[in-house]
Amino acid sequence: MSSVTVGAERSEASAARRERMRLLVRSPSFVIGASVILFWVVCAILGDRITPYDPRFDQTPEIGAAPSWQHLFGTDRLGRDVFSRVLAGSRDILLIAPLATLLATVAGTTLGLITGYFKGIADDTISRVVDALLAIPLILLAVTVVAALGSRSTWTVIIVIAAVFTPIVARTVRAAVLGEADLDYVEAARLRGERSPYVMFSEVLPNVMPPILVEATIRLGYAIFAVATLSFIGFGLQPPSPDWAVQIADNYQDLAFEWWTVLFPAMAIASLVVAVNLVSDSVQQVLER
Amino acid sequence: MARYIAKRVGLALVTLVLLSMIVFAAAQLLPGDLGRSVLGRDASAEAVAEYNHAHGTDRSAVVQYLDWASGLPRGDFGTSLVPPEEPVWDVIRPALLNSLKLAVFAFVLVVPFGLLGGVLSGLRAGKALDRGITVVGLSLAVVPEFVTGLVLILVLSIWAGWLPVTAQWEPGAGVVSQIQHLTLPAIALTLVLFGYVARITRAGVVEALDADYTRTAFLKGLPRNTVIRRHVLRNALLPTIAVVATQVGYLLGGLVAIELLFNYRGIGLTTLEAAQLKDYTVLAAGVLIIGFTYVVVTLVADIVSALLNPRIRFEASE
Repeated sequence: MSSVTVGAERSEASAARRERMRLLVRSPSFVIGASVILFWVVCAILGDRITPYDPRFDQTPEIGAAPSWQHLFGTDRLGRDVFSRVLAGSRDILLIAPLATLLATVAGTTLGLITGYFKGIADDTISRVVDALLAIPLILLAVTVVAALGSRSTWTVIIVIAAVFTPIVARTVRAAVLGEADLDYVEAARLRGERSPYVMFSEVLPNVMPPILVEATIRLGYAIFAVATLSFIGFGLQPPSPDWAVQIADNYQDLAFEWWTVLFPAMAIASLVVAVNLVSDSVQQVLER
Repeated sequence: MARYIAKRVGLALVTLVLLSMIVFAAAQLLPGDLGRSVLGRDASAEAVAEYNHAHGTDRSAVVQYLDWASGLPRGDFGTSLVPPEEPVWDVIRPALLNSLKLAVFAFVLVVPFGLLGGVLSGLRAGKALDRGITVVGLSLAVVPEFVTGLVLILVLSIWAGWLPVTAQWEPGAGVVSQIQHLTLPAIALTLVLFGYVARITRAGVVEALDADYTRTAFLKGLPRNTVIRRHVLRNALLPTIAVVATQVGYLLGGLVAIELLFNYRGIGLTTLEAAQLKDYTVLAAGVLIIGFTYVVVTLVADIVSALLNPRIRFEASE
């Protein structure tokens, strides 16, 4: 008898999930955003294999050449093919930003579950600390920590961004958990004698997944923004990475003479952040209906 | 109401103390051995010890923090670690003034455009114009400022030749020249903030259109324009402006990339250079002042919107 109802609930839940997926793939902003992201992911995976020239070291005889049929986006002052570098430039940022987001989401969710579930002093303290952290602009906080650690390795950038995002995710999760904690199913699990970790992760967590998912997609957009800005100001990825922001930092002083070395990577960054944002916006609309 | 304000001010004070602790930990403790960090790997152990003693960094973290924090209310941020070791405040003050000029200029630009966009969007909620303004505004808001800035420099300054490439004017330049130099970065910031201001305004307008008093005004037979002017806009815009004011915090602090791009000596660029030179005292002061501004502006905006919004006012006084 009980197994039948559980089965019915299951199929109801999965039907709701299918309905959400259907709404998502029918939303034009999701389709456009996802296609652009997919394009850059494919570029990142294939890398050198699809670029017409070597993005890092190819010294073609044409130095600083304007766009032409040989070099669609021209060449930079070292003679490297800008088109190849733009295609190869998505790899680092597409590794770092999602990794930082994933770390922050896992850590923030754990922290948010604990503070939202137990409330009390720990909860108040964390809320105040988050308020204080949020007063510092993300980029400056990251710059400070990177400067203080004295290391600009890729992992430093990942950890710093993840560390800054963790309390922000925690705050969102906490708010969602507070809305669940007094509901009957949580009370029932407690009365059954389940342990707190079980109730938090097996009972509450599945029910607060939608806001976590939305928060993660929003954070991904900010992570890409942060990695690009940090690389531009010299505190993120370093040359000779073909990363877009590194290319721009390398060349923007020559903007008046070799605009193609800056404009095309800039367009690539813009396309990626806008695409992520379109996806996050449509996921938000579908999940929060 | 007085209790609400007192509570808000109290919370802001707690936030400021925590902020100073975070900044101290990040900029002054995290580097570890300051002498080693500044003098480099080749310095002798004696030189490092002497440097640490001279700068007081051989004391315990708590003592160092209290010493540093007790100077803050007097505007004493210590001295710069980089020759000529000026007082930090002398380094920061002119930069802060520059940032303020740019922030005020950008603010004056973004508020009317953002309000206009938001009102148009709100009045046509769900229509094509609304979707257009929302999507364009949101997209501009997420593109990094330096990307927007670069495209603007390329189009308006290099190709069209209308505006100067850098924001830093010649010493002694007049107001007109200063405004000319600041126009491009101000437009870049306006584009970034437009979506945010428009979205807040739109929400206010949609809510006011939905409200009972608007329906009553329509049922009274007032012309549509009168209702919108007298009831919808008046109710929607005042609180919106207060919310938008919080963005002054962003305008002062989020400008690192823009100031670098336009070579403008504001507080963002000064803080960034301090980070590059490992001038930790200037770095800490820059970050702290930006954070401080954000907290204070947010506090003022919160209180102003509470004063303007009767619902918050009454809830708060209960």
